Amino acid sequence: MKLPRLEFRGLYIAGVYGRLRALRTKSPALHHWWWQRITAVVLVPLCLWFAASLITMVGAGHAAAAAWVGSLGVALLLVVFILALCYHAYLGVEVIMDDYVHIERVKAKGVLAVQVVLGLLAVVGVLAVSWVLVGLA
Amino acid sequence: MPVAALLSITHRATGVFLTLGTVVLVYWLVAVARGPEAYAGLQETLGSWVGLICLFLWSFALFFHLCNGIRHLFWDAGYGFEMKTVDASAQAVLVATAILTAITWLLAFLYSGAQA
Repeated sequence: MKLPRLEFRGLYIAGVYGRLRALRTKSPALHHWWWQRITAVVLVPLCLWFAASLITMVGAGHAAAAAWVGSLGVALLLVVFILALCYHAYLGVEVIMDDYVHIERVKAKGVLAVQVVLGLLAVVGVLAVSWVLVGLA
Repeated sequence: MPVAALLSITHRATGVFLTLGTVVLVYWLVAVARGPEAYAGLQETLGSWVGLICLFLWSFALFFHLCNGIRHLFWDAGYGFEMKTVDASAQAVLVATAILTAITWLLAFLYSGAQA
């Protein structure tokens, strides 16, 4: 079927080929469009996995949680989860700010603030997982 | 407001709300790293009425954003633009969100009973 013209942050991206080509361009807006989707696809199974795992730990104490976070496979998936989640959240909030904040200076500061906060969250999350993984918890 | 438009704005609203939830998610990991005392403290906070309401809203927001996000991914791939399909997938998103949220809390309730 014919693909609709797709607008993303003021740029038109036509067809599947155009979208794939966009991935290789240096345009930050198109990179954002793609990374939003790539992280979304990654987050679908990871969110379901994380939610299901949390449910099994309801009512259980610290030992169960530490054992779960501290196993190598889980820790690696958690790191991917945290990074994808924070980046996806940052890109999403940025698009929303683009649409609703019309004063450039305010927008730039807002985007920077979100970048810093979500960046810090990602770093703290990865450090916490590493801490448990090496057995310091 | 048509259902499709309502879902579109809800997708953004749940996205922002879930972004706030990442703070709690990261603090959960920090509490695991800090040890039994911090973890018990967090469990107590999350187990309070306010905590449970927040967790419920976050679970609902997560499943909605996830289901509606899959709908968006289909659109990105060029499928599902017919008006009939847009309406049908909107209904499907709402039903799936309700089912996933219900299953989550039913299982959470069963697990809390089994391990208490």
